[in-house]
Amino acid sequence: MAEKVLMKGNEAIGEAAIVAGCRHYFGYPITPQTELTEYMSRRMPKVDGVFLQAESEVAAINMVYGAAGAGARVMTSSSSPGISLKQEGISYIAGAELPCVIVNMMRGGPGLGSIQPAQGDYFQATKGGGHGDYHNIVLAPNSVQELVDITVLSFDLADQYRNPVMILGDGALGQMMEPAEFHSSNTGLVKKPWAAAGMRGRGKPNIINSLYLQPEALEQHNIHLQRKYALIKENEIRYEEIKTEDAELVLVAYGITSRIARSAMERARAEGMKVGMFRPISLWPFPEQQLAKSAENASALLTLELSAGQMIEDVRLSVGNIKPVHFYGRTGGMMPSPQEIYQEIVNIMNGKGGK
Amino acid sequence: MTHEMIMSGFGGQGIMLMGQLMTYAGMIEEKNVSWIPSYGPEMRGGTAYCSVIVSDEPIGAPMVSEPNIVVAMNLPSLHKFEPVIHPGGALIINSSLIDQEAKRTDIKIFKIPANDIADELGNAKVTNMVVLGAIVAATSCIELESVLKAFTKMFAKKPALLEINEKALRRGAEYIQKNC
Repeated sequence: MAEKVLMKGNEAIGEAAIVAGCRHYFGYPITPQTELTEYMSRRMPKVDGVFLQAESEVAAINMVYGAAGAGARVMTSSSSPGISLKQEGISYIAGAELPCVIVNMMRGGPGLGSIQPAQGDYFQATKGGGHGDYHNIVLAPNSVQELVDITVLSFDLADQYRNPVMILGDGALGQMMEPAEFHSSNTGLVKKPWAAAGMRGRGKPNIINSLYLQPEALEQHNIHLQRKYALIKENEIRYEEIKTEDAELVLVAYGITSRIARSAMERARAEGMKVGMFRPISLWPFPEQQLAKSAENASALLTLELSAGQMIEDVRLSVGNIKPVHFYGRTGGMMPSPQEIYQEIVNIMNGKGGK
Repeated sequence: MTHEMIMSGFGGQGIMLMGQLMTYAGMIEEKNVSWIPSYGPEMRGGTAYCSVIVSDEPIGAPMVSEPNIVVAMNLPSLHKFEPVIHPGGALIINSSLIDQEAKRTDIKIFKIPANDIADELGNAKVTNMVVLGAIVAATSCIELESVLKAFTKMFAKKPALLEINEKALRRGAEYIQKNC
């Protein structure tokens, strides 16, 4: 499908998953990602795939566990409260080292919150979420085309590292329509000799498990996991820099917020202010060194989030205490306008702003 | 050139589809486009709206907060969005349902009795297409032919719908050309 099509973000993720060879989807509807579940219910039967609306989010993630263990390319999706329900299963999947893709189109929280866009699940996505020492690979697209490309990439990364990959979007990205093109992955389907899919002439059965009753064995397993995470940190950093070369102020934002930040940045540039933007695409691993380098010559940073301030901790860890890291955020499903962010930029540039 | 639009009315007036057709038409003209609805617990009888951007430049925020084109299909929409239109922008008012005048003097105002025109055509459902024709004639943001191509694509499975919708689109455009 080389022709551009106009699609909602949620639907584009679904089509991209199918293009990437995903034939198993387990989900449970929740606004603002229900169009994805609905799209899969329509498309999966046409490609001989499995669509199953589970009885709950907990059931869906455990179906993902099973399908991934059997070697399938598998996906589930939800929005914030539903993702909280999935955390136990995600920890098990990470522990058992199974590849899968989990989509979180974030909405306002905490609790049932609202159905409007938010980014309050950053900590949950990047710092664990479930129990134990594990990491999801977390990717944050900012357009419908990037939702497509990152969905395809997520399946490849999941298989390559035998690790859950979380696509962290938000209600706005899910609901908006933009043109998208679909290209299948270069790597395609990989062999999974570890999968529990029959003996296939082997003498020893493959076992999918995250239980290690011997502490020595579990420690060895954790050491192995940490080595894998170190490898991911080395190889899978993704980010975008815009006009940071001469920037005195570097904006840091991801997902939909980076779109608003970009509009504000262009406005400030038009007024002669030297403002640039750094956009992490991989939230875990976070592009620490790249951000530090990007902001090397800047005198300050401004972190923008649809939260009370979560990614800002990684921004501060990246640049250290050498320069001020300002923050501006909205919560509860409220979105800042470009003008609002522009005003923050002006305040900081005039030396009046922030902490 | 960047056109930032808000199309607003109440549920059932075909606002979202009108916006999608505009977006699709922009894509056909190889412009950068985005569409985003106001979704959520909207009040019945209140305003539902979508933001559409058609631009030669890459699009930043898809949510439009300072539109240069506003379409008000009902009175609450006029009240909500007239104040935020960029000076020099265009306001298109559905005068079939809005009997109040706009107050701004620094914008261009176009009034079209869209429901009445659709009724004359014998199909109240094409009110949104009348308005879409009016937007195109009032602002030249895209070509009318691109909207028709977009319609043909989006309704490829229902070709019978084209005739009445094309008629409505052209009538909307003609009304603006003759009366404004």
